Amino acid sequence: MTLQGWMLILAFTGILLALTKPVGLWLFALYEGRRTPLHALLGPVERGFYRLSGIDPDEEQGWRRYAVHMLIFNTVLLLLTYAVLRLQDMLPFNPLGFAGTSEHLAFNTAISFTTNTNWQSYAGESTLSNLAQMLGLVIHNFLSASTGIALAFALFRGFARRGSQTIGNFWADMTRVTLYLLLPACILYALFLIASGVPQTLAQSVGVTTLEGARQTLALGPVASQEAIKMLGTNGGGFFNANSAHPFENPTALTDFVQMLSIFVIGFGLTWTFGKAVGNVRQGWAILAAMLTIFLVGVTVTYWQEAAGNPILHHLGVAGGNMEGKEVRFGIAASALFSVVTTAASCGAVNAMHDSFTALGGMIPLINIQLGEVVVGGVGAGIYGFLLFAIFAVFVAGLMVGRTPEYVGKKIESREVKLAVLAIAVLPLIILGFSAIASVLPAGLAGPLNKGPHGFSEILYAFTSAVGNNGSAFAGLTANTPFYDAMLGVAMWIGRFFIIVPMLAIAGSLAAKKYTPETAGSFPTTGPLWTGLLVGIVAVVGGLTFLPSLALGPIADHLAMIHGQLF
Amino acid sequence: MFIDIKSSFRPAIVMTLLFALLLGIAYPLALTGIGQALFPHQANGSLIEQDGRTIGSALIGQSFTSARYFHPRPSAAGKGYDGMASSGSNLGPASKALADRVAQDIKTGATSPGRPIPSDLVTASASGLDPHISPDAAYYQADRVASARGLAPATVRKLIDDSIERPLLGFIGEPRVNVLEINRRLDRISANQSR
Repeated sequence: MTLQGWMLILAFTGILLALTKPVGLWLFALYEGRRTPLHALLGPVERGFYRLSGIDPDEEQGWRRYAVHMLIFNTVLLLLTYAVLRLQDMLPFNPLGFAGTSEHLAFNTAISFTTNTNWQSYAGESTLSNLAQMLGLVIHNFLSASTGIALAFALFRGFARRGSQTIGNFWADMTRVTLYLLLPACILYALFLIASGVPQTLAQSVGVTTLEGARQTLALGPVASQEAIKMLGTNGGGFFNANSAHPFENPTALTDFVQMLSIFVIGFGLTWTFGKAVGNVRQGWAILAAMLTIFLVGVTVTYWQEAAGNPILHHLGVAGGNMEGKEVRFGIAASALFSVVTTAASCGAVNAMHDSFTALGGMIPLINIQLGEVVVGGVGAGIYGFLLFAIFAVFVAGLMVGRTPEYVGKKIESREVKLAVLAIAVLPLIILGFSAIASVLPAGLAGPLNKGPHGFSEILYAFTSAVGNNGSAFAGLTANTPFYDAMLGVAMWIGRFFIIVPMLAIAGSLAAKKYTPETAGSFPTTGPLWTGLLVGIVAVVGGLTFLPSLALGPIADHLAMIHGQLF
Repeated sequence: MFIDIKSSFRPAIVMTLLFALLLGIAYPLALTGIGQALFPHQANGSLIEQDGRTIGSALIGQSFTSARYFHPRPSAAGKGYDGMASSGSNLGPASKALADRVAQDIKTGATSPGRPIPSDLVTASASGLDPHISPDAAYYQADRVASARGLAPATVRKLIDDSIERPLLGFIGEPRVNVLEINRRLDRISANQSR
């Protein structure tokens, strides 16, 4: 570990803390449906969209209608992408003449991008046409992100409203976030990326003759436009197989730094928006403090392990930290930081190959996803996931002091706790269940590249990433098979919508409640005690559930590594 | 419930079409137009022309096997530096395949026996297209390059000193040497000497 490395981590955190309130304020304006300076330009587009699709943006929806409209919309989007992928050979912008993808790959990929996972069973540069990338995938990168933020808004309203039967209008929330936040931000961001060296062209490849006289063909495409929303919307699906490690996706250390910031920036802002929405910004800062605590512990462990390096290679006479699967321009600090950021959020972009991390260095990304990606988390998904833990935490606190739990002015009763536990329990159930199935069936065992415990880690990581809607991988796993495409596709769908529906039910139930003012007997949900309790609940629920599987994978792998046992 | 579903069809279908046009077509095409107009060099892959032919991209690594050139890192992209097949090795820390590969690379690449070999020189990058090596990895190869070209070792070391790119603000990024760029400079030095 170096001083420069820690300066990078501190600068990263500091810049995000400085951006939290401005971004939170902008999001709050969208949450409230207020006019922004961008309305002068984009207001006609917004109104035109409503008129053509017959939407009244002021019509309030109850939680059921909000959920149904969100689900049907996502299903139609899914079908569009499935069709584009299957038919890409008959559609334009396919200069390399790629064939339509297989049924199982199109199924997996359409679900993957609809659910904000961006798990990729394919290598973009050798599989997808430019149209498939633009129309099939970029549209989801925007809309799965704005859907996530809309859902967070709905839950905020559940806490903020009193005696209300409604939680907002899905179409208005989703459209406003897309038009007044994501689209303009991505246009500026993409221009910065192009200026830094990210290609933006309709050509799909270019041939060169190298200095030694060999032929080299370089994959190109409309990369920058996809890269911007890939990061800002915590999607993570790379244009190329190597994702943000590819020099055309992430050419410089500065683009890398900005990419990391852009994964977290909306998630940070949403904590502030939540505090503002419930009338006390300290509630938001308390949540952010708990998230940051877990985040910094993770960064420390991964950075320390990667900088320490691989003793097996040291024994062979190699000096220095673990550079297998890392790029020189980023080095160890920025690679470790990126891996923790991308898994703490539900992004899943990678600038280094997690599969080749040291055993414990690679375990932290795995744990981050297993905790439910509530450490900042995906745009929208992070904060609503964390609020489920907060409900659980006030319930536990209520049990300890023997009072009815309250949170930000709402009584938390049996219905909310049951729904929160239901949503939280989906994650371990599917991750561990599906990993167990894949670990015994021949079709599952055919997947891993590595042998021994690391092979099990590859399987466990895949299902963790799918259910958590992360999308990063221990990429040695051969996943483009009917078995894995189908299993991971189902896992991604459950991991997204089986959490969202109970969460919206909680929002509806809370919105209907009256306000319960804080009294001297209320458990305070702003100070260090509360932050500590939140960290504890997240760690215990995640830790206890997954520890046995971690012992079989990364921990066994670590013991092998330090004793020089090869597989 | 049924009324909720029925009322969703028109907005779901029309919004999908509208957003498909806006985000899937207009947004990337508009950026392509703006990018090509403002930053044509970068938007087309930062290609390098030399003597009238395109020899590579400033951002993408390429294979070098001759002793006269600095060598890049091992690559898992296709058969090595395949620009259409970016990939890392994905080998885990206790992988026998990894240990064997590194041992083999040390045997063939250890031009300075007895000195520990810099980590990045025997490890595969994440993309398989890493254009850089660390300054240590460049100095490690200096004597081999100098003797293959009949240059003074000090000349090659000076070239490395001059080729190191420094981190932005001292902490964003790592010190690094672009392999294609330093090899082009080597060719220019040799050409000047023979003139």
